[in-house]
Amino acid sequence: MRAAITILTLAAFASVPLWLRDPYLLNALITTGIFMIAAMSLNLLLGFTGQLSLGHIAFFGIGAYVSALTSLGFDIGLPGGFRLVHEPWPPIVGFVLAILVAGLCGYFVGLLSFRVRGAYFVIVTISFAEVVRLVALNWVELTQGPLALTNIPSITIGLPGLGELTLRTKFHNYYLVLAVAAVAYLLISRLVHSHFGRAMRGLMENETLAVSVGIDVTRTLTLAAVISAAIAGAAGSLYAHYIRIIDPEVFAFINTVTMVIMVISGGKGSLAGPVVGGLIFGLLPVMLRPIMAPEAQWIAYGGVLIVILFVLPRGIVPSLAQRFAKRKRKAAVVAVTPVAFSERAKEPA
Amino acid sequence: MSEFLQHLINMLVLGGTYALLGIGLTLIFGIMNVVNFTHGVLYTFGAYIMFIVVQQLGLNFFLALPVAVVAGWLLGAVIELTLLRPLRGSDIDTTMLVMIGAWIAMQSATLWIWGGVAKSVATPFPEAPLVLGPVSVSWLRLFVLAAAALLIVVTYLLINRTKLGCAMRATFQDQDTASLMGVNVDLIYTSTFAIGSSLAAAAGALLGPVYVIFPQMGDLAAVKAFAIVILGGLGNITGAVIGGFILALAEELGAGYISSGYRDAMGFLIIIAVLIFKPTGLFARSERVG
Repeated sequence: MRAAITILTLAAFASVPLWLRDPYLLNALITTGIFMIAAMSLNLLLGFTGQLSLGHIAFFGIGAYVSALTSLGFDIGLPGGFRLVHEPWPPIVGFVLAILVAGLCGYFVGLLSFRVRGAYFVIVTISFAEVVRLVALNWVELTQGPLALTNIPSITIGLPGLGELTLRTKFHNYYLVLAVAAVAYLLISRLVHSHFGRAMRGLMENETLAVSVGIDVTRTLTLAAVISAAIAGAAGSLYAHYIRIIDPEVFAFINTVTMVIMVISGGKGSLAGPVVGGLIFGLLPVMLRPIMAPEAQWIAYGGVLIVILFVLPRGIVPSLAQRFAKRKRKAAVVAVTPVAFSERAKEPA
Repeated sequence: MSEFLQHLINMLVLGGTYALLGIGLTLIFGIMNVVNFTHGVLYTFGAYIMFIVVQQLGLNFFLALPVAVVAGWLLGAVIELTLLRPLRGSDIDTTMLVMIGAWIAMQSATLWIWGGVAKSVATPFPEAPLVLGPVSVSWLRLFVLAAAALLIVVTYLLINRTKLGCAMRATFQDQDTASLMGVNVDLIYTSTFAIGSSLAAAAGALLGPVYVIFPQMGDLAAVKAFAIVILGGLGNITGAVIGGFILALAEELGAGYISSGYRDAMGFLIIIAVLIFKPTGLFARSERVG
């Protein structure tokens, strides 16, 4: 049943570029998809370990910069008069490096920041993202600072029998994003249902109890952070090669907030949550654009976040699932009752 | 040497307003256990009140400060009553996200009403700075330092010498026991949030005329306030004052001797360093929660 729904959803998503001809909407769907991947990775931390990381955009941005710099090349001075010169490599190598470097950063950030919990964890992660943003802004020799890295090449993949294919059009990029999203979804789904996933959820429910049954807290949390950061890095790399220009604004806090909204509204700790939340909040600005000024859109954004937290604190998917289950139970009760009554009615006769 | 002295003078002026921001946040964070993301918006709000009173209404510069304090107090009370009171008892992540939503909505509203163009406020102080030997400081900055010092002292007396302050300290120590002793905890929460907000608005009203006023000015201010709170220890007013001056010193020295581009990174680096090496803050008195 669940697998059937997943396959049907995937097929529905795959059919979109075949009938949707509006390039603007397709573009919105691609960027939404990229942020959805990042939101899924955030959900791994927020929904399954209970750690609210508000610096998640750092890994996305690091992935974007690593991938862009790998495929563009750079030439920077090192202390002592040496120069580090890097010739451009194919973008697909950049994609792999983005995943590795972002994962490595996740490891170090996790190692340091999991020493504190709650509000302090949140503030450390925000600080980390801001420091990375300031480095990207000020290390002009490497990142061009506010001038942005431009002309980032599109991803080229070698297909057996078809030769080299450069993914330049929206049509191609849509399927690339969809493929990466599907892999990320599958990976997270397998992870969550594994022994490791149970350890994560045990930690979230009751850390003291989890420790007492022998779960290694630091190891579990750090591993979750590494995988989460690596997936966010992959999303960042896709973003860099699709938009083809990145500047330090990619690290803006509001981008983290967008991911958090996608996760919270869809339902944290639910695999489908970030997909549903991502679709709603990725496409909401597109729908609001004709009727609202951009500032008013953001006011609505903030307002909707508050309303969701008040009305559906657990998120759309878990709340709907609960309601669905309740109705099923009620329907069962209704179906049974008349029979019971009629049987009882028969008895005296 | 004279350069260093100049940095010290700048540190004093900056530190005073940072201390105001820090005290406001440390009260809210310490007593209510709310990570207040609207603190920066209140700072921006105070600066815009200054702009409205002085530039748009043409009233006296010195009148604008008390107006900003009162307006900040009212807005803080409204936020507490509408958003935080219904969420009492929910986990810290939920209130934090609600505060983020309020922050986005309010900041965008500021942008919508006044536009993104930076505004400046005319001041009644002479242009020529006060020169003291090798260093110089503008009269406006001296006024800012004096006003900030006055507000810090008033807040200190409010917390340590009045009945309300006593109830606030009791709530900070143990909310349930305070409630049993007849403290109206709901009232304390609203007062705490309103007082903290009015201090943030005062800091914005003081620093707004020194720099320029724009809708996003509060974002960095909020992060700096978090840095100060973490540095000084949760709910510790004296710690927040010292933390404010330490952060100002780190920024001045960082901008002066490393690179001005990394001035704003100092606050974040302090946060990371303190939380990793001494997570109870430098002047911790009480156990930290969370």
